[in-house]
Amino acid sequence: MITTSGLTKVYRSRGREVTALDGVDLHVREGEVHGVIGQSGAGKSSLIRCVNLLERPTSGTVTVAGEDLTALAGRGPRAGRELRRARSRIGMVFQHFNLLSSRTVQDNVELPLEILGKSGKERSRKALELLDLVGLADRAKAHPAQLSGGQKQRVGIARALAGDPKVLLSDEATSALDPETTRSILQLLRDLNRQLGLTVLLITHEMDVVKSICDSAALMAKGRIVESGTVGELLATPGSALASALFPVGGGASGADRTVLDVTFHGEAAAQPVVSRLARTYHIDVSILGAAVDTVGGLQVGRMRIELPGRWEDNVVPVGFLREQGLQIDVVEPEGHEPVLVKEGAK
Amino acid sequence: MTWSEMWSLLEPECWNTAYMVGWSTLLAVAGGLPLGILLVLSERGGLLQNVVVNKVLGQVVNITRSMPFIILMVALTGFTRSVTGTSIGRDAAIVPLAIGAIPFFARLVETAVREVDGGLVEAVQSMGGNTLTIVRKVLVPEALPSLIASATTTLVALIGYSAMAGTVGAGGLGDLAVRYGYQRFETGLMWVIVVILAVVISLVQFAGDYAARAVHHRGARSGPAPKLRLLKAREPAAADVTEVA
Repeated sequence: MITTSGLTKVYRSRGREVTALDGVDLHVREGEVHGVIGQSGAGKSSLIRCVNLLERPTSGTVTVAGEDLTALAGRGPRAGRELRRARSRIGMVFQHFNLLSSRTVQDNVELPLEILGKSGKERSRKALELLDLVGLADRAKAHPAQLSGGQKQRVGIARALAGDPKVLLSDEATSALDPETTRSILQLLRDLNRQLGLTVLLITHEMDVVKSICDSAALMAKGRIVESGTVGELLATPGSALASALFPVGGGASGADRTVLDVTFHGEAAAQPVVSRLARTYHIDVSILGAAVDTVGGLQVGRMRIELPGRWEDNVVPVGFLREQGLQIDVVEPEGHEPVLVKEGAK
Repeated sequence: MTWSEMWSLLEPECWNTAYMVGWSTLLAVAGGLPLGILLVLSERGGLLQNVVVNKVLGQVVNITRSMPFIILMVALTGFTRSVTGTSIGRDAAIVPLAIGAIPFFARLVETAVREVDGGLVEAVQSMGGNTLTIVRKVLVPEALPSLIASATTTLVALIGYSAMAGTVGAGGLGDLAVRYGYQRFETGLMWVIVVILAVVISLVQFAGDYAARAVHHRGARSGPAPKLRLLKAREPAAADVTEVA
């Protein structure tokens, strides 16, 4: 539904060049919620703004719903009629809501319909219908300043849906909200994705967002996509930074001559008593350093960090045994090089 | 001089001042609003980026504003005659008053419009809105409280400018104060005029503030209080008024 290929964006200011996007190939399938995650400065914002060409990519192409937007853009800096029409079919939700304070809630939702040239009657019918959909029918006559952050974002979402888009872009839509409101907004996006078959591309720096609503995700760093795939695929990828950030387990080795393993369970393997079987079969003492069970992208996943006595060379056979059980085993480096994303939560 | 004598002098001059100031404010708003918006749109990184237009307009505005009003009035004599057919009288005074006030108001508009959150512009762009839509539906309505405050400032400044219009025989309260109060030592009449002007300016300011607040929909929960914003928009202008008068 959304495809970018070889997307680059270079900013020039005072003779210096900053590469925000460095050849990004993104692919978002129809009807899925795709999350792009990365630290600030990784290029996520530039990426999402390039998708509807609010930002002109330096090179590369953007295709949304089969339409090559970069071709529509023309050469000038201003958006021509074709591009503007294409944009009206892509909804966008913003971190700071961007509602007009001079208009009521209903008039804000009507704005895209005014731009599309709809009649007054049609506009108000559609606006009220959308406000009902986001649960704000009773606040239609209020001004944005009278609403809470979560309510403002609901209005923002209703407004983004006014032009019946097939694609919704969400630019850090929940980053200005408290955790509880974040959950309710994410739930709303998830519902809209299911009910309307809306394809959602969202960018975020919060792992929880990806965890709770994304079908697939991509990790960005330094203007590139470092990892991407469905959540299931990512978890099954050995050494995936995104998987370990999605699902962190802590704990370091208790001393030298120890092997630390991350064991990921999903599907049927989750039901097996593997640890006790391992201990019994090989007569070794297994210590559990950390463990967690969670639902990621609708999948039940468990992860456990265990420690075996002896170095890696001594544990080849037990590790092989674990792999035979259908578990995914990642050996944790003794130096403990931290995954890229672990520090993200600090924001 | 008795009260009735004073009043017979004051009444027509009150209307003269109102006439000149009213029309020139209207023209200043009509001219300054598009000019101020154009200054914002044409700047580097603006929606209609055009550095040449921006520089030229900026210079024209600066030159007009740096000229003392009385000089501007003289300099525009020929132009005034070609527009109104005469270079004396109150109709003739409206032309330099308006031309002097257009760049003044335009700068205030520029500041007000620039304060509109760029995110709103982006939001409308993402809906497929063109530049005209952005101006009509975002920039002007969102800046409206500041714009009203700016128009009020301009009106007050024009009341000050209009005193000088007396030199081209336009009359008005300021002219009366100079001729009777200063040149004929009728101090009483001068003070009456000062009081009238003070009351009128207070009323205008009050009405302007009220109107600005009425169109301001910022709730108590977010953003700076309306009063603060109005003050902010007024401050640089207040300095200008003293500079001219």
